[in-house]
Amino acid sequence: MTLSSQSAITATGLRRSFGDHVVLDGIDLNVPRGTVFSLLGANGAGKTTTVKILSTLIRADGGSARIAGHDLAAEPDAVRAAIGVTGQFSAVDNLLTGQENLTLMADLHHLGRAAGRRRVAELLDQFDLVDAAKKPATTYSGGMRRRLDLAMTLVGTPQVIFLDEPTTGLDPRSRRGMWRIVRELIAGGVTIFLTTQYLEEADELADRIAVLDHGKIVAEGTADELKRRIPGGHIELRFAGLRDLESAARVVGQPSRDGDALALRVPHDGSLRALKALLDRLDENAVEVDSLSVHTPDLDDVFLALTGNPKNEKVATR
Amino acid sequence: MSTVSYALTDSATMLRRNLKRMVRYPSMTVTLIGMPIVFLLLFVYVFGGTLGAGIGGPSGGRAEYVNYVTPAIILMTIAAAVQGTTISVAMDMTEGIVDRFRTMAIARVSVLTGHVLSSLVQTMLSIAVIIGVALLIGFRPSAGPGDWLALTGVLVMMAFAFIWLSVAFGLASKTVESSSNVGMPLVLLPFLGSGFVPTDSMPTALRWFAEYQPFTPLIETIRGLLMGTPIGNSAVIAIGWCVVITLGGYLWAKKLFNRESTR
Repeated sequence: MTLSSQSAITATGLRRSFGDHVVLDGIDLNVPRGTVFSLLGANGAGKTTTVKILSTLIRADGGSARIAGHDLAAEPDAVRAAIGVTGQFSAVDNLLTGQENLTLMADLHHLGRAAGRRRVAELLDQFDLVDAAKKPATTYSGGMRRRLDLAMTLVGTPQVIFLDEPTTGLDPRSRRGMWRIVRELIAGGVTIFLTTQYLEEADELADRIAVLDHGKIVAEGTADELKRRIPGGHIELRFAGLRDLESAARVVGQPSRDGDALALRVPHDGSLRALKALLDRLDENAVEVDSLSVHTPDLDDVFLALTGNPKNEKVATR
Repeated sequence: MSTVSYALTDSATMLRRNLKRMVRYPSMTVTLIGMPIVFLLLFVYVFGGTLGAGIGGPSGGRAEYVNYVTPAIILMTIAAAVQGTTISVAMDMTEGIVDRFRTMAIARVSVLTGHVLSSLVQTMLSIAVIIGVALLIGFRPSAGPGDWLALTGVLVMMAFAFIWLSVAFGLASKTVESSSNVGMPLVLLPFLGSGFVPTDSMPTALRWFAEYQPFTPLIETIRGLLMGTPIGNSAVIAIGWCVVITLGGYLWAKKLFNRESTR
């Protein structure tokens, strides 16, 4: 098989500016079929612009892309038939009920009366909207609205699903609910292109993650690969008294001290051997350690290291 | 199914959506029907006595004026109803669902034709209500069944033209608030024509404008069909204007809708 027949999404050199402002500065993507790809970035990094281009809403200034085997520029309708998009802003008709919204989608997908009604009932059930089916969407909570939104996206059983910040603004419970739904979709074999500003979300859901910063992809890989790319692992040792702290500091060399907290941070590569060696040395010198914890770098560290902007207050790290 | 039949099915689906929205949000329809009713009552009961005497005619006064002004009020009803089209199109464009439609493999134009068809239904209902009120307060048309049929056709044609123009207005509006103003001139234009007083009572420059602006032949055609006054070449000019406005509105709306989503 060729690369493109295994890929749900390929893009080369996507560029887009709004006026003088360059939003996407040459993006390359390759998302294999049946995988979850997450585009991670702060607000304004270009995530939504990427989704809008790939979902035929806006044109790229340069570069090309293929979705589900169809060229974005040449066959937009074939692309549209293969995709489903749940944008950042709710795309439900507020004056219609949940059921009417889904029926509208079924009609627009030309499912036919009986098949349409079956699909609507199925989705209402799957998304836990049966009780609210006959109520107008205006009365829905944020979480219900997102579920309806996603259910509408799925009416036509798309092969490739774009989820643009699907959990932004949701409470933790609704967010977990949304993750569960996304996992079910993954199990069903669709390809998912997910954008998020939450590192935890990318870590939870994605097979591969690309970090987008100022319109460029600055890193790409699995969550583990990304974590391995940056140093920052350490062991934290805590002591009951100052005397133990002083002697431990002499034993392990010049580790960084953690203020008044009677704690030391020893750089650590995450291996068990290095941990055992450290413990042995402390033991030989009869240093009493009160407690010990091992820290591996998380995606927050990765993100901040890669985007090089620790002050970026827009990065949510909850 | 072919592209054409998809366009028809999708338009029917969108029509159903818009009719449902209209029923769920009735206050706009009520406001839009209310305005021409207020104007009708105002002109018949407040100004009608004096204006009717000025027009002359066999009976004169208020009774005469109801018959003179109702065709203009009918046209004003169309102008008012299509403001609702502008507002609801502008409102729709601010909602995410239109972006959803844009990412689906549907006949694109159906998003607009849904609005056009539902507005047409709304406008014709409004006209029926206005004619009913006019009949209640003494409007006595001389039209026969054939005239009524022709009138219905003419009104659908006029409504269709102004609805397409209003769809374009709605798409061109940057905000919903500003969209509610762009249609205002349409409501005022009947005043600067033969709608409320004969044009020959106006000063020269205004009379020239009044005789050549599109609303005058439209009003004269409606008046001729309802009251049996001479239509002359008004009908042909009216049809010409409607074709031009429909085509212009349609092409402009299509161009605006195919612009990139700016949200």
